Amino acid sequence: MKKFRFHPCGNYHERYSQELTIFETDFGRFWLCIGILFLFFVLPFVSSPYFLYVLNTIGIISIAAIGLNILIGFTGQISLGHGAFIGVGAYAAAILATSLGVPFLLSIPLAGLISALVGMIFGIPSGRLKGLYLTIATLAGQIIIEYVLIHWESLTKGTMGITIPRPNIFGFKLDNDQSFFFVIFSCLVSMTWIATNVMRTKFGRAFIAIRDNDRAAEGMGIPIFGYKLLSFGISSFYAGVAGALWAYYMISVTSEPFNLGLSVEYIAMVIIGGLGSITGSIYGAIFITFLNEILRILTDILMNVGVFANAGLNVAPLREFFFGMAIIMFILFEPRGLAEVWRIIRSHFRLWPFPY
Amino acid sequence: MSFFLQLLINGLSIGFLYGLSAMGFVMIFKSSSVLNFAHGELLALGAFFFLAMITWAQLPIAVAFLVTLVGCFILGFFIERFFLRPLIGEHLIYVIMLTVGLASMFKGIMLLVWGGNLQTYPEFLPKFLSIQWDVINIPPVYSAAIIIGMIFLILFGIFFKYSSQGIFMRSVADNQKAALSLGVHVQRVFALSWAIAALVAGMSGIVLGVINGINVHDLSAIGLKVFPVVILGGLDSIGGAIIGGLIIGVLETFTGGYLSPSLRDVVPYIILVFILMVKPYGLFGLKEIERV
Repeated sequence: MKKFRFHPCGNYHERYSQELTIFETDFGRFWLCIGILFLFFVLPFVSSPYFLYVLNTIGIISIAAIGLNILIGFTGQISLGHGAFIGVGAYAAAILATSLGVPFLLSIPLAGLISALVGMIFGIPSGRLKGLYLTIATLAGQIIIEYVLIHWESLTKGTMGITIPRPNIFGFKLDNDQSFFFVIFSCLVSMTWIATNVMRTKFGRAFIAIRDNDRAAEGMGIPIFGYKLLSFGISSFYAGVAGALWAYYMISVTSEPFNLGLSVEYIAMVIIGGLGSITGSIYGAIFITFLNEILRILTDILMNVGVFANAGLNVAPLREFFFGMAIIMFILFEPRGLAEVWRIIRSHFRLWPFPY
Repeated sequence: MSFFLQLLINGLSIGFLYGLSAMGFVMIFKSSSVLNFAHGELLALGAFFFLAMITWAQLPIAVAFLVTLVGCFILGFFIERFFLRPLIGEHLIYVIMLTVGLASMFKGIMLLVWGGNLQTYPEFLPKFLSIQWDVINIPPVYSAAIIIGMIFLILFGIFFKYSSQGIFMRSVADNQKAALSLGVHVQRVFALSWAIAALVAGMSGIVLGVINGINVHDLSAIGLKVFPVVILGGLDSIGGAIIGGLIIGVLETFTGGYLSPSLRDVVPYIILVFILMVKPYGLFGLKEIERV
C-alpha cells in the first residue's frame, strides 16, 4: 500500500514535475472524489427544483468563467467581449438545432467551435495591440457582435428570438432540471479537467509567459501572436459551450442577455474568484450567482414591507449597486480573490495552533 | 443639398457634444493613464446634481451651475482619494475593473434616487442664442454648448501651458518617476486631475441633459461612445478629443441619414477597430504605443 503523504513544512520540490502536481497529498484527491460523488449522486436528488435551477445556472456560468480566466488570468489579455461570444455560442446551437436538425451531443461542441472561430477573428487585433488598446478593441467587438445578432434577421430572427425543442440524448429526453443537471455538470467537470491540464502543458506555460512579460516570451521563441489567438480561441470555445448549454436549458434565445453588462459580470467573476486560478473561476461564478439570488429574495421581502413598496423599490438598481461594491471591495482588499481567501483559510487550519 | 447641410450641422453639433464629454476622459488618461469606464456615470451625476439644485433646492440657474461644478470637483477628488489611490502601480485590469465597479455603483445609486425615467430641466436659456440662417437652424442649447466648450478649451489651454499645476500635470503624464524625483507631488496631481475631469464631466452632463433630457441609461451609453472619439483623436490630446468627436458625430449622422438609421450606433465602433488596427495612437496622440 502506498504511504500517505502529508503537507511538508516547506518547499522540498526537486523536479519541475513536482511543482506541477495538482494534488500535493492524497487527501486532496480523496476529497475531490468524495465531492464529485456527492455532486452527482446526492445533490440532484435532495435539492428542491429552485435550488437545482440555481445550481444549473452556476454550472453553466462556471464553464464560461473558466474560459475567460484562461484569457485574462493566464494569458493576460483583457477581453470585454466574452458576453458576445457566449451569445454567438447560444445562437449557433439554436440555429443548428432548429434549422439544421443537428443532434444535441453534436451541436454543443459545434457551437463551441463556431464561437471559437468568431473569438479568434476578434482576437486578431491582439497581434498589434496590447493592454488597454486591446481592451478597447474587444469592447468594439462586443458592440459589433451584439449589433449583428439583433440585425441579421434572416439568421437570428432579430428581437423575436429562437425557440429550441427539448433535446434528446440516446432516446432520453432532457426536459427537467434534474436531467439537465447531469449534462451540465458532466460538461463542467470534464472542461475543468481539460483546462487544468492544458494549463500544465507547453501551451499553458506559453500563456503564462506572455502574461508575465510578452517581450521576454517573444525573445525565448514563443510565437506570441499564435498563442494569443489560441488563447482567444480556447476562451471563446468555453464561452460557446456555455452559451449552447444556456440556450438548450432556457429553451429560447434572444439577444438581450448578451450585452456589455454580461461581459463585465464575467470579468467581475474572474476577479472575485481569483485571476489565474481555474477553481477560482468556479468560486466567482458561485459568488455572483448567489449574490444575484440573495438580492432578488431580499427585494421580494422588502416589497412586502409597506414603506419600501410605496417607494417603488426595484431589484435592478440594488443589484447594480451591490455588484459594483463587491467588485470594488475585492479589488481594494483581496485582489487575488476567493481562491486566495480559501488558500489562507486552509493554510491557517493546516498550521494551527502555530502561527506559521 | 439642404438635407446634406442639415445632416452636417446636426453631425457637427452632436460631435461637439461627444468631444465635450470626451474632454474629461482625456484629462484623466493624460495624467494618470487610467481608462475611466465610469465616465458616462460622471456625466449623469453632474446632470442629476444640477437637476436637484434647480428643482429641489430652487437655486437660481447660475448659482446652481456653480454649485454643481464645485460638487463634481469634490466628488472627483474623493473618487481618486478613496478608490484610485490604493491602486497606483497595480495591474491594468484592476484599475479598469475598479472604474467599472464605480460605474455600476453610481448607476445603482442614481436609479434608486431618480429612477430610470427621462427627466427634463425647465427652460432657462435665453432665445437670442438661437441662430437662423437659410436652411440652417441652430437651437440656443447648441450655441450655449459651443460657447461653454470654447471657454473651457481656452481655459485648459492656458492652464496646461502657463499654470504651475498644469505644468506638473503634464510632467506627470510624460514621465511619472522623473516628475516624482524632481519634487512634483504626484498624488496631488492625480487628485487634481480627477477633480477637474469630474468637473468637466459634470458640465458636459448638464449640456447633454439640456439637449436630450436626463436619463441614466442614455448618459452612460454616451460614456461608451467616448471610446471611439478619444481613440480617433488620440488618447492624450484634448484638442484631438474635440476633433475626434466632430468626425464621429458627422459620420454617425451621415450613416443615419444616407445608409440606415440602425447602423448609426455601431459605425463609431467599426471605425474604432479600423483605427486601432491602422493608427492606434489616433490623429493627435503621442506615438508611444508598443507593438508586441
